[in-house]
Amino acid sequence: MTAPPLRHSAAFSREVIAEIERAADEGLYQIRGFGTLRRLPSFDDLVLLGASISRYPLEGYRERSATNVTLGTRFAQKPIELKIPITISGMSFGALGGNAKRALGRGASAVGTSTTTGDGGMSEEERAESTILVYQVLPSRYGFDPSHLRACEAIEIVIGQGAKPGGGGMLLGQKITERVAQMRTLPAGIDQRSACRHPDWTGPDDLTIKIQELREATDWEKPVFVKIGSARPRYDVQLAVKAGADVIVLDGMQGGTGATQDVFIEHAGIPTLPALRQAVEALQELGQHRKVQLIISGGIRSGADVAKALAMGADAVSIGTAALIALGCNRRIHVEDYHALGTEPGACHHCHTGRCPVGITTQDPVLESRLEVKEGARRVRNFLTVLTMEAQTLARACGKSHLHNLEPEDLAALTVEAAAMAGVPLVGTDWIPGRNAY
Amino acid sequence: MIEIDLARSSVRGLNERLHRLAPGTNEHYWRVLNPNGAHAIAVGITEPIHVEIKGHVGYYCAGMNAAATIVVDGHAGTGLAENIMSGLVRVNGNASQSAAASGRGGLVVVQGDASARCGISMKGVSIVVGGSAGHMSAFMGQAGTLVVCGDAGHDLGDSIYEAEIYVAGSVASLGADCVEKEMTQADIQRVAALLDRAAIATKATCFRHYGSARRLYNFHIDHAAEY
Repeated sequence: MTAPPLRHSAAFSREVIAEIERAADEGLYQIRGFGTLRRLPSFDDLVLLGASISRYPLEGYRERSATNVTLGTRFAQKPIELKIPITISGMSFGALGGNAKRALGRGASAVGTSTTTGDGGMSEEERAESTILVYQVLPSRYGFDPSHLRACEAIEIVIGQGAKPGGGGMLLGQKITERVAQMRTLPAGIDQRSACRHPDWTGPDDLTIKIQELREATDWEKPVFVKIGSARPRYDVQLAVKAGADVIVLDGMQGGTGATQDVFIEHAGIPTLPALRQAVEALQELGQHRKVQLIISGGIRSGADVAKALAMGADAVSIGTAALIALGCNRRIHVEDYHALGTEPGACHHCHTGRCPVGITTQDPVLESRLEVKEGARRVRNFLTVLTMEAQTLARACGKSHLHNLEPEDLAALTVEAAAMAGVPLVGTDWIPGRNAY
Repeated sequence: MIEIDLARSSVRGLNERLHRLAPGTNEHYWRVLNPNGAHAIAVGITEPIHVEIKGHVGYYCAGMNAAATIVVDGHAGTGLAENIMSGLVRVNGNASQSAAASGRGGLVVVQGDASARCGISMKGVSIVVGGSAGHMSAFMGQAGTLVVCGDAGHDLGDSIYEAEIYVAGSVASLGADCVEKEMTQADIQRVAALLDRAAIATKATCFRHYGSARRLYNFHIDHAAEY
């Protein structure tokens, strides 16, 4: 007689038991990098309908489907013009090594798009490589320099990020090298805790005046972005518009981070899908949709994601984790170093350790030398090109001569949940949960 | 002396002229009349000029200042001289919250009182407050010196890094990881020099010295209650 199969608790799964044991042993919450590991409603739950008899498609290799986007048309004297609606999101020098920043800048510039600085200020590497550089104004103000403010192409006031809306940055001591410490005016080797609130303004009325100051300091030339984590996008987007933003950057729950508490990543904020819909509706209510541009980020991985995000009303998307994966994050090389971290290629989220096996999220010169800038830039350029071509493929199939002509009418949802969150009909029905008296 | 009357011209026009000054300009002395609490007056200056503002100013006056000397004959709103890089900013009155926030260099003098969060996240700036400073002053102060000739409010120096604080009067309470330290001869000399530059007549020997205990520099379970 064979033994009956062992039964495992659903509530206290092996992973949960392991985490309780770890917490009891170490007495400190789990800190890690990357983004949420759980399954969430996403763009995968939507499909683009394509053309047939009622819609004309465009010829895939002959008819143009344009991809350019202009950001900052509301108040800035010098809006920025991107050739593709896919930007590289803010990632700090410190969380990332110099070679990674350089490769991202070179790759993005090759296809005519922007990169963004991060907590810790503007590094020489990224300024040298990025044709269009967005300079972040963060709560910590680490390394904030008005000469860098004048040297950038756009300004981004960071209020939050999707991985940890309501939280500040974190960079553990092993990544605070002498150079990083000097840039941030911090002692080397400390566990750096960035502020979660700006030091000189609180609330939307103050934000209005802060934006005015930044515009005055730069003579009203540069677009001012406001970046928010997706918590209450309907309110936050409208308040940012009222405060005078040219561009809203909305980062969904699937957005990544260099380091924060696991409980934060997995349990705070709302997914990108409903956040985007609420943001678009907020702009429409104000009559500002397409006047204040909307950049969505958090879990964008493919041209399909790009096309669906734009169809829902975004003007552009921003990628972080996917760009790092294009660079080589989680690549199956130096496997022994993954094992030393207690992980393996494909499951690594150990950016916080500074021991990145592929040389991206590290300040260790030996590890960093594994990321060759020229090859990294080539891979980033290729990835951005593929995303663009994939999005164009889907747009042409929907009969659109510009990616921005994609619209919610081109979408349907595969699940009831996604239909409700994205505000598009469940496939095979006209039903949008929450609308039409349902 | 170039005189700009904000009753008849705009802050935008003023700042534009200040930003267009070439290195070595001979347009060295500026006087601003009727500021009437306007925001962002004289922000982002990069030349070593002298600007007098005759009246009260709103938020962010002298923000991001580099090299200039800016004197406010009145009170100042939130964020006076935020992120100052160098130069001198003096207010011959009181300053609202977050004065000299994140300042990286230079000297900020508040002749009267400074409100809450004076010197928040300071990164190298020197600050002299002739009167008292509000709660959470020098919060997360990373570098630089805060001198308070009067009293300091609650949670002084909360989560402080390497900034140094000197207070002549009482301290309502110290914030997390902020402790009193020995007032050495070097500290007395440092305070005396700043008081001299600030033209504030207070004896350097009557100050007490506060700074970081450095217990929160690395995460440790024994300090969890302080986070």
